[in-house]
Amino acid sequence: MIAVGEPATKEPLSLEELQASGNLRSGRKHVLSILVENKSGVLTRIAGLFARRGFNIDTLTVGPTDDDHISRVTLTVDGAIHPIDQVTKQLHKLINVLKIRDLEPADTVARELALFKISADGAQRGELMQITEIFRGKVVDVTKRSVIVEVTGTTEKVEAFESMVRPFGLIEMMRTGEIAIARGRGET
Amino acid sequence: MRAVDAVMECLKAEGVDVVFGLPGGANLPTYDAFVDGGLRHILVRHEAGGGHAAEGYAKATGKVGVAFATSGPGATNLITPICDAMMDSVPVVFITGQVRTELLGTDGFQEADTIGITMPIVKHSFMIQDPLEIPRAIHEAFYVARSGRPGPVLVDIPQDLSRAEIPYEPVADVRLPGYQPTLEGNQKQIRQAAKALVAAQRPVIYAGGGVVNANAAEELVEFATADRFPVTCTLMGLGAFPARRADGEPHPQWLGMLGMHGTRAANYAMDEADLICAVGARFDDRVTGKLSEFAPRAKFIHIDVDPAEISKNIPAHIPIVGDAKHVLAKLLVEYRALSADSARLGPWWEQIEAWREQYPLGYEDSSDNEIKPQYMIQALHEATGGDAIVTSDVGQHQMWAAQYYDFPKPRRWINSGGLGTMGFGLPAAMGAAVGCPDRTVCCIAGDGSVQMNAQELATCAQEKIPIKVFIMNNGYLGMVRQWQELFWDGRYSHVETGDYPDFVKLAEAYGATGMRFEDKSTLVEDMKRAIATDGPVVVDVKVTREENTYPMIPAGQAAREMVG
Repeated sequence: MIAVGEPATKEPLSLEELQASGNLRSGRKHVLSILVENKSGVLTRIAGLFARRGFNIDTLTVGPTDDDHISRVTLTVDGAIHPIDQVTKQLHKLINVLKIRDLEPADTVARELALFKISADGAQRGELMQITEIFRGKVVDVTKRSVIVEVTGTTEKVEAFESMVRPFGLIEMMRTGEIAIARGRGET
Repeated sequence: MRAVDAVMECLKAEGVDVVFGLPGGANLPTYDAFVDGGLRHILVRHEAGGGHAAEGYAKATGKVGVAFATSGPGATNLITPICDAMMDSVPVVFITGQVRTELLGTDGFQEADTIGITMPIVKHSFMIQDPLEIPRAIHEAFYVARSGRPGPVLVDIPQDLSRAEIPYEPVADVRLPGYQPTLEGNQKQIRQAAKALVAAQRPVIYAGGGVVNANAAEELVEFATADRFPVTCTLMGLGAFPARRADGEPHPQWLGMLGMHGTRAANYAMDEADLICAVGARFDDRVTGKLSEFAPRAKFIHIDVDPAEISKNIPAHIPIVGDAKHVLAKLLVEYRALSADSARLGPWWEQIEAWREQYPLGYEDSSDNEIKPQYMIQALHEATGGDAIVTSDVGQHQMWAAQYYDFPKPRRWINSGGLGTMGFGLPAAMGAAVGCPDRTVCCIAGDGSVQMNAQELATCAQEKIPIKVFIMNNGYLGMVRQWQELFWDGRYSHVETGDYPDFVKLAEAYGATGMRFEDKSTLVEDMKRAIATDGPVVVDVKVTREENTYPMIPAGQAAREMVG
């Protein structure tokens, strides 16, 4: 058997074969917390690395830290253990990357912020307000035909809220992607 | 002083004795500094030639090579050498000009986003945004290029910033908190490796370019000969273990190169091994063939300075992050302390000897005076006493050179392995000859490849760089022709190059000496004559047209399925 796609095989490749040969792994979600030097082009280097090694970034947030020279990138990746090992090793090769932590979900507090613009007229508004309250959301804008709700929480919570309000008519949704911090006294 | 004069001082402080480059608009200030800079600059005819020359220089000398180019097309012409240096871990600093800062992002004349374009193919890059950063950036560029796993580093300097007046202070420290290569190797892991080696019944040492880069050939030989470990090298590692002993006889522990066109003994040994000790090698697909069937009985010790290589393709049982020189020296001590029983390797060697006897590297010689390409390499070995620096392009001639030249020492074999860059050999030979003026430097080129950077013959003629280029001329893009013959039903598609150009005339037009050899019986003497001729020489060697490179593991198959 010759590996799929080698030039020594002249048979046309089916689309299924192409997919099977790719690195399509799915495993648990990983939250990588990365400290980088605050220099121009760093985010491009990180994003480019992911693209060329074939890893898909699910969410990405970048922000300052308490040190002006250092920024924090928090990104979530879907993957099994092996590719994640490669991702972190390859990230470490970037000279501007200072520290990487693959945060264990159990030892981490992760939050994202989401804004939902939901179509709701007078009759539906009450029910929507109830759901918002259950999720400890906040109504931040109301018109006759729509409501904007702010929800903060884990990705799971945000997604649960989304599924609850979708039947009302979800006009728009914006999510920041997760930021995460390690539990306890130690630094992330 | 002007920032560009500071650039010259920085280069001298890094021990640079020669740079390769080509001026243009955006690096005019830099080139003004070369006038009084006290640095040797070699004017190349194409920036790619300059980049590969810097690689050849670096590979031959072990020092950092330097190449200059202007902005836009000058920089984009460097892309291939930069990528080549990345794939083969060659320490080169590339310094490019950039349009002045007010034009950045406006599609100015000869503007290209050099930093952006090269980002995936550099070890690191510095975009100069303040002229005061220049001395530190250059110092750190050299540091990053040569340390850890070596590689290309780019410094992009906008034209206006290069003209600024700055105070120059030599920079001695580096401030790269995110870059701390691990060299030493974990002692516990090394002890584990020694124990595994003592217990192994069928071990193989698989050494790669990392051994050459770490200048660890001596340590490799010492370790391998501390017991009777069989040794095979990758294409990039050739010379790290001597193919022959000092008396010219084959080294008994040398299995030959492994991989797609490696020896059967080497590939079968990997296939049967119970323990493979990989040193500075990266399990490239040309080595492993079909990954799932690669060395199915083996456990792996993987020694590499780049942690990302370990368990990238093959999961390592004993990973050791460190450079080959440190780790092999420590491994030797640990191994000796365990006083292994050499006799355990007896049956393994019997098996290896049987393979060697049954499948020696060989070819059917011509019955007339036709020159077989394999013989051409053997003749060159004889004509040079096996002692030349040999560069090559990419294709059949490269594989035959790797198989038949029998490299005795590291840094004698300079080729493009990872990227497989046609047109690498001639400029690389130029760089090697500049770096090692006392050595014979030969380029084994293909008639297809050589034309991709033949313009550098003008550089060689002008600078009197005495490279000897031996073109293995079969009138084909030979390796592609071979694959079309073997795997595409012999339907040749655009592989015939015919008799063009006339390489003798081409050489003469460039101011080099041109020769043509067609007779096997006088080839060695003819080659000696070519090597003894002053200045650059181009020899058109007519060889058998449709010879195939064997043995061969068809791409994506397992070692057991070797043919030829």
